[in-house]
Amino acid sequence: MQAEQIKKRNKRYDKYVEAVSPKTAMLPSLAKSFWVGGLTCVIAQIIFELYTLAFPSVSEQAIIGFTLSTIIIIAVFLTGIGVFDKLGRYAGAGAFLPITGFANAMASAGMEFRSEGLIFGSQVKFFSVVGPVLVNGIVWSTVAGLIHSIINAVVG
Amino acid sequence: MPIILDKILLLIIVFAVGGLLCAIAQLLVVRTKISPARILVVFLIAGIFLETIGVFRYIREFAHAGVTVPIIGFGASLAKGAIEGAKQHGFIGAFSGGLTATALGIGIAVVSSFIVTLAFKPKTK
Repeated sequence: MQAEQIKKRNKRYDKYVEAVSPKTAMLPSLAKSFWVGGLTCVIAQIIFELYTLAFPSVSEQAIIGFTLSTIIIIAVFLTGIGVFDKLGRYAGAGAFLPITGFANAMASAGMEFRSEGLIFGSQVKFFSVVGPVLVNGIVWSTVAGLIHSIINAVVG
Repeated sequence: MPIILDKILLLIIVFAVGGLLCAIAQLLVVRTKISPARILVVFLIAGIFLETIGVFRYIREFAHAGVTVPIIGFGASLAKGAIEGAKQHGFIGAFSGGLTATALGIGIAVVSSFIVTLAFKPKTK
């Protein structure tokens, strides 16, 4: 009896929350993410093509590394001059899903906590956002490697 | 001439795939209120999974920067490094390979963030 009342009350409250919370217009926000994210990838691809022309003897893997490094440096610089924050507010996932967003998360957290000191402010906060990405990335890729080495051992 | 057309087609594919991934992530943000950090982790693990089962190679050949630039590509190169490390050095390689493969990106990100933190003061808060 009481449980049911609580359930009803919760439902009413959920409805209320839904009614008062600001609605993000869905389609425009998807479109913004789409074109900013897509453009980021296109810029990277163009840089990749230019590097391939400039360094024809270097392996494709290394050129991908140079390309990602380049866009990371650009993103961190844009974070420094305050442009990337605006881009992030505008594009949402279009700004944070590419590797540029990873770099921005690191740099902006570092800048934000500069006032609390260089070591215990900035440098501690460097990994406050990207920490989960690194931890999960390292753990699960190690698992992937172990699975493959077990398969290699069993199959020979 | 056909080479230029090929390149333009490639850029269109890169734009479409990269954009689509970001739009899917944005859909998750808008619809489910999952925090961006979690979405990053989900895409990262998706990349690791796709690389582990050997599918990501074909996706990369198709979409190039469209999948290597989003965080899914970071996951894939971590997994690729770990798998190749495991092949070359056995169990030890599984632990070292992922970081070795992504060391350049992480190193650049940390060093450039450090420099920017020293050089710039935050503008808006």
